[in-house]
Amino acid sequence: MRPLTATRAPVIHRTKALAGPDAEFDSADTNDADAQPILRLSGARIFKRTARRSDPAPSRLSYRFQRWMLTPGIRLGVKLGLPICAIAAAVGLYFASEDRREAVSAYIADIRTSIQERPEFMVNLMAIDGAGAGLSDDIREVVPLDFPISSWDLDVEQMRDTITGLDPVKSATVRIRPGGILQVDVVERQPVIVWRTRDGIDLLDETGVHVDQTASRKDHADLPLIAGKGADQHVAEALEIFKTSHSLGDRVRGLVRVGERRWDLVLDRGQRIMLPTERPVRALERVLAVNEVQDLLERDVAAVDMRLGQRPTIRMTKAASEDWWNTKVTVGNGQ
Amino acid sequence: MMTDLYQSQRAMRQMRRQAMQRGVVAILDVGSSKISCLVLRFDGSGRLSEDNTIGSMAGQTGFRVIGAATTRSRGVQFGEVTAMQETERAIRTALQAAQKMADIRVDHVIACFSGANPRSYGLDAQVDLEGQLVTEAEVGRVLNACDVPDYGAGREVLHAQPVNFALDNRSGLIDPRGQLGQSLAVDMHMLTVDAVAIQNIVRCIKRCDLELAGIANSAYVSGISALVEDEQELGAACIDMGGGTTSVSIFMKKHMIYADCVRMGGDHVTSDISMGLGVPAAVAERIKTFNGGVHATGVDDRDMIDIGGDTGDWEHDRRTVSRAELIGIMRPRVEEILEEVRVRLDAAGFEHMPSQQIVLTGGGSQIMGLDGLATRILGQRVRLGRPLRVHGLPQSATGPGFSSAVGLSLFAAHPQDEWWDFEIPVDTYAARPFKRAVRWFRDNW
Repeated sequence: MRPLTATRAPVIHRTKALAGPDAEFDSADTNDADAQPILRLSGARIFKRTARRSDPAPSRLSYRFQRWMLTPGIRLGVKLGLPICAIAAAVGLYFASEDRREAVSAYIADIRTSIQERPEFMVNLMAIDGAGAGLSDDIREVVPLDFPISSWDLDVEQMRDTITGLDPVKSATVRIRPGGILQVDVVERQPVIVWRTRDGIDLLDETGVHVDQTASRKDHADLPLIAGKGADQHVAEALEIFKTSHSLGDRVRGLVRVGERRWDLVLDRGQRIMLPTERPVRALERVLAVNEVQDLLERDVAAVDMRLGQRPTIRMTKAASEDWWNTKVTVGNGQ
Repeated sequence: MMTDLYQSQRAMRQMRRQAMQRGVVAILDVGSSKISCLVLRFDGSGRLSEDNTIGSMAGQTGFRVIGAATTRSRGVQFGEVTAMQETERAIRTALQAAQKMADIRVDHVIACFSGANPRSYGLDAQVDLEGQLVTEAEVGRVLNACDVPDYGAGREVLHAQPVNFALDNRSGLIDPRGQLGQSLAVDMHMLTVDAVAIQNIVRCIKRCDLELAGIANSAYVSGISALVEDEQELGAACIDMGGGTTSVSIFMKKHMIYADCVRMGGDHVTSDISMGLGVPAAVAERIKTFNGGVHATGVDDRDMIDIGGDTGDWEHDRRTVSRAELIGIMRPRVEEILEEVRVRLDAAGFEHMPSQQIVLTGGGSQIMGLDGLATRILGQRVRLGRPLRVHGLPQSATGPGFSSAVGLSLFAAHPQDEWWDFEIPVDTYAARPFKRAVRWFRDNW
């Protein structure tokens, strides 16, 4: 039958069994240590007070504390807020000293440059494609780089904007080619018209953008000439008019923008064809049609005024007028 | 005083609603031999499953037990607090362990206790309806019209449940709201207990930094969990044999109609053994649990039990007792308890009930052979009851000793309508003197 209560008494072992009431007397002269009981404790629990308490109850304080720790907000604070605060405090204390801050930033900068200056990232030369010699020099001038340079230090976007900002450049692409080459591909603007102003002679492209300045008109004798204030805003129209006036051949001297409003086509011998604001090409075609049939412009005409579409007007030269008067007088006198 | 109680009960209901919103509530069964605490989490799922059947959980799926702890009760005798500090410590122990298991802080507690001389009263009232329709206000009015007996000073109403409504000549209505009729009558069951006992428990719980969200009688709640649905419907008595008390509750049509309490329980059996054999109470408890019984057979004479002791006296420490002797000690006390229960059932008129099912539950009902003995004393239809299954309840807490804790969980999840769930008609408030004056003028001039 099993015992009903679990005993907590220490188990006593003896190295030497005592036998009978006389044993104690017999062994009195033997070594005392052999007779001493050796305590074998059944675990360290026997020393703990809680192990003996039959009614474990939390103290009021521990109960409150546990409830407090089970509150969601507090729990989050302890699990997350406290470590964050501790780390922040440690970092803050470390960086409180100026020397340490500088040491850390110097260390970071060191690592940074050592990575950036690896040969894989270095750019050694700039190759420019699609630009003439003069433009290449200009580009090298506006993008001053002293090679070799790390590709981390190159601002390709900004370089492209600078190059595109040059007048003769229509568009440009800038990229870093493998092998450490800064490749600049340029599409140049082609001058199509010459614009004479008081300040000098400019070359314009088909959209009216300034391409270059030139010293003399003779350098670009093959390009048509326009003049007048605001003429560069209407280059497309001017080109249309020049195309239409092709049949006049080399009689065309140029186009003059009058009052920033309309064109005058200037021919040799001081002849002018004054074109209207609206639909100048159509008006010019009418003049050319009359010229075809009647050789209008071969005659002694100072100007053909097409400004009013319903009423084209011809101004004759002074000599022609006098001549006409004479003829008129003769006719008037006689028949 | 009525209004005062009404207000405090309403405040507890309000607290229960708050706990529901938070989703966590603790259940505390303050018994004489053990204090058990369950932590419930309400997940808001419905009473019925998807296919609209009751299902294996008997429809109790609205909550889940996420923490459970039991501790030996201290300072509670006959289901009443006798040593406040000790009880508080025991509550703290159970609650801390349950909280730790649930890993969540609990602020609201629903408690039950068994003692404090519960006394049942049957009340009834009848009023003529103001309109044709029975509204909530009309129900409140008829409940308020009940003639409350003089239940004595120093006592408090613990439960006041409308059991039956009758509209004109139709009786047996569960819920008359929305129906049409001329006069509404109600039968109400009122349970009063000693006010001091309630105050002590409330104070213990307050001292543990908890809010009381409801309080119930353990006879009622163990009936809820130990009786199955048809027993509750057809009529049955639940006998909860606890440590210090044996509670009796009678159910009919799913309402408790009577509750009482015998101030004897398993602890008395233990103390009888302790005195009869001359052993400490802990040893006596152990002997009772492992070897106890109420029916002696021939083999029990030869079954010797080592009752031990640690006086150091060899003869004394090796005493034995035969199991027959032990049964001889236990049986008279158990018989006495059951006789006392019989008296209470007779006083309640249990023999006139249509169905006389008796369900024994509580820790004391685990005595071997008790059902046979109970059959002789109480009647033929006796069974041993275990609490209903609820979600997440640990296996160790599914025994009959936990039927009141489980019943209290069910009570927390789906409380029955009580008197204070309905609004008192405005004119009974003393706090509206002006309205009363106007009313008096209108009535008299």
